[in-house]
Amino acid sequence: MTATLVLIGLGAGTYGLKAAAPLLLSGRALPPVVARLADLLPAALLAALALVSTVTRDGAALIDARLVGLAAAAVALVARAPFIVVVIVAAAATALTRAVT
Amino acid sequence: MAVAPFGVAFGIAAADAGLTTWQASAFSLFVFAGSAQFAAVEVLGGGGSAVAAIAAGLLLNLRSLAFGVAMSTALAGPWWKRAAWSQLMIDESTAVGSAQTEHRWRRYGYLCAGLSIFATWNLTTFVGAAALSSSADVVTTWGIDATIPAAFLALLWPRLADGGQRRCAIAGGLVALTLIPITPPGVPILAAALGVLAGGQRRRERAST
Repeated sequence: MTATLVLIGLGAGTYGLKAAAPLLLSGRALPPVVARLADLLPAALLAALALVSTVTRDGAALIDARLVGLAAAAVALVARAPFIVVVIVAAAATALTRAVT
Repeated sequence: MAVAPFGVAFGIAAADAGLTTWQASAFSLFVFAGSAQFAAVEVLGGGGSAVAAIAAGLLLNLRSLAFGVAMSTALAGPWWKRAAWSQLMIDESTAVGSAQTEHRWRRYGYLCAGLSIFATWNLTTFVGAAALSSSADVVTTWGIDATIPAAFLALLWPRLADGGQRRCAIAGGLVALTLIPITPPGVPILAAALGVLAGGQRRRERAST
């Protein structure tokens, strides 16, 4: 039920953001503050999402082998690995840590 | 960003958060915005409210507004065409379209990139969600739960080259970590939006160089 609500709310809201300029604003520029926010918000939120999804489970703090996986992903990214390799390295490092601890 | 593995990763994340395969597919069809879908599903899976999940996704998607501004002159036509084309307004379609100079080719690039990604994204979301929902016990043994933070980090990574973006990322991350033990799930992610206050200097730096 909650997932369906999110689907409707996020779907409608996202479409509104996508279609606002082509349907309503044709050619007008965004206010600089909005453009700046749109540019910077993903960095702040993605960092939070990466960290929170590493150190919580079902909403509560829990530090486990996923931290090793995140570190391994960072190493893979420094080495310019493609997305699929980064994700597999993170999973493998986490699985390995769990297997040996 | 490689679309196919990212689509599979989203499908897995959605299934891990408790969504059905059909719900995961509906997200990819109707929302069609990779990082926002990922964020909303992560907030939901963590026990966050619907409002927090929607808000997190929309904050990430505020940039679609800017993409629309960049593409609006190229997407001229009757309103129903513009309405349909707008669903394809994502990072990649805007990038491909903006690389062209003539309006006709901008629209062509935008539509080709948007449609091919739309097809790949929806197909791979289904594959990821279906694969995990049939074997949910492998999530921890195979470290599949670690693919979600890794995917967020990979999305963030290219932004970290810029000083202002990096400051926002650090500030947002710190705000979120601090709030985890204090606030209900979902709130740390939303509050991380305050991290943008740390990035406020770039415009002036750029003007002076």
